[in-house]
Amino acid sequence: MSLIRKTAAELGALVASREVTAVEVAQAHLDRIAEVDGQVNAFLHVDAESALAQARAIDERIAAGETLGPLAGVPIAHKDVFTTTGMPTTAGSKILEGWLPPYDATVTRRLREAGLVILGKTNLDEFAMGSSTENSAYGATHNPWDLSRIPGGSSGGSSAAVSAYEAPLSTGTDTGGSIRQPAAVTGIVGMKPTYGGSSRYGLIAFASSLDTPGPFARNVLDAALLHEAFSGHDPLDSTSIDAPVPPVVEAARHADVAGMRVGVVKEFGGEGYQPGVLARFNEAVELLESLGAKVVEVSCPTFSYALPAYYLIAPSECSSNLARFDAMRYGLRVGDDGTRSAEEVMALTRAAGFGPEVKRRIMLGTYALSSGYYDAYYGQAQKVRTLIMRDFEAAFQQVDVLVSPTTPTTAFPIGERADDPMAMYLADLCTIPTNLAGNAAISVPCGLADEDGLPVGLQVMAPVLADDRCYRVGAAVEKAFESRWGGPLLSRAPAL
Amino acid sequence: MSAITRDEVAHLARLSRLALADDELDHFAAQLDQIVGAVARVAEVAADDIPPSSHALPLTNVFRPDDVRPGLTPEGALSGAPAVEDDRFRVPRILGEEE
Repeated sequence: MSLIRKTAAELGALVASREVTAVEVAQAHLDRIAEVDGQVNAFLHVDAESALAQARAIDERIAAGETLGPLAGVPIAHKDVFTTTGMPTTAGSKILEGWLPPYDATVTRRLREAGLVILGKTNLDEFAMGSSTENSAYGATHNPWDLSRIPGGSSGGSSAAVSAYEAPLSTGTDTGGSIRQPAAVTGIVGMKPTYGGSSRYGLIAFASSLDTPGPFARNVLDAALLHEAFSGHDPLDSTSIDAPVPPVVEAARHADVAGMRVGVVKEFGGEGYQPGVLARFNEAVELLESLGAKVVEVSCPTFSYALPAYYLIAPSECSSNLARFDAMRYGLRVGDDGTRSAEEVMALTRAAGFGPEVKRRIMLGTYALSSGYYDAYYGQAQKVRTLIMRDFEAAFQQVDVLVSPTTPTTAFPIGERADDPMAMYLADLCTIPTNLAGNAAISVPCGLADEDGLPVGLQVMAPVLADDRCYRVGAAVEKAFESRWGGPLLSRAPAL
Repeated sequence: MSAITRDEVAHLARLSRLALADDELDHFAAQLDQIVGAVARVAEVAADDIPPSSHALPLTNVFRPDDVRPGLTPEGALSGAPAVEDDRFRVPRILGEEE
């Protein structure tokens, strides 16, 4: 089997035993990127020289007898919203074109410490705002299953890179579903850890109370290995949880749901859901029952208000966070001809540097926070947030995990929702409650929809700091489906 | 419900420091009106006695020892600046002519 088809765990073991060098592994993936990324556009920046140098350093340390971690020498694609020294960081925006950060994000630093080989930076919706990666200032990314369709967003470059075998692993960030939704529509695994379980230091902020870094992989164990590699307490992030990382790798190896209580969220389904998505989801629930899980229906009545609450809270936080792009200290500056004031230069720069979705959200947030509207919009949304957290608490007293489809539909065609913001926002209907409540959730493949032959994701939600339950259920579902399918879902994707 | 007018978008753009073109104002007015109409549904939830949550997890202030640690060098801090003069950020004038 070619190196690009192997799992991250297999590649790490091959490099550690010196059967294959990290340089060979990196080169195989760089060749794949050169071959297919012209069609996929998953990467904004590929640094072959740096990747090979990182790989060579790993090979030298192993040759010198050092014992490194399980992912040492494994290539990774890194979402271009984490700062990286020596590599440009754009957040998919013209306002940061060519910016070279002076420091590494904590996630970046931990990838390097784990010996992961960073191949390059992946495309995203500008400032992680979107569900399709069409909002990138550098062009859309294409879904490897069908190049005319979206790969999800905002981490669409990361989902496309892994599903197109350009990298076995990638990083993402999930503010309203930006890891789980892209994973679902490209037929791979994506995990949103508990908020505060992974560091936001050096992650370019969109909505600080929601932003959560997490892993993408082609299987549950690889996702757990990456989750463990970059998570854990970070003194540089004041909202980082000072607690051990949940035992995610152990859980991924313990594919057993016998006796677990699984809740099906009643509010997710019906109008707006594609029949093929619901059919695959119902099969996954039946599968869990056949594996010994006790399935019950659970009602979370305020979940239907999660989407409107989110589209007040996230834009409010974004309007504040993006004030830092002021044309003074870094990034683009437009119109500074000696006659204009700083404020005029700021307004011209922001108008030229931000795309339409970012402008919409900044103005929406400014509106929701403005005097006279604050109580009715932002204040009320924060109360809804409390009620959503209470719904989760009540549900998790009855069950160990909750399940739902990850997305209401499969990947939609590029351009279909590009100028209809409300239609675009519906892609995150099932993923948003977890962001508002801060708990953990994973998306794992559960088959192809009959209508279009495109991947469907099963979402598994667990309580705060019970991330391991997501991996345990995810691994059980993966094992049972793969034995039914005769291999991973992704092996059915058309060849690029 | 028509909540957002073209004038209101112009006001929001000024507050947001976005120098929008005229055609953008019309476009955004229609879209923001639609979005605000949809998110206004949060008002349907009876939440008078419910405390607001700004975060999902309880937040406490985090302190650390006041130790001297390496930080950015002046070169590092200025490395992405649009304009630099004498080891400082050079910015357009901040005060008006008469101030």
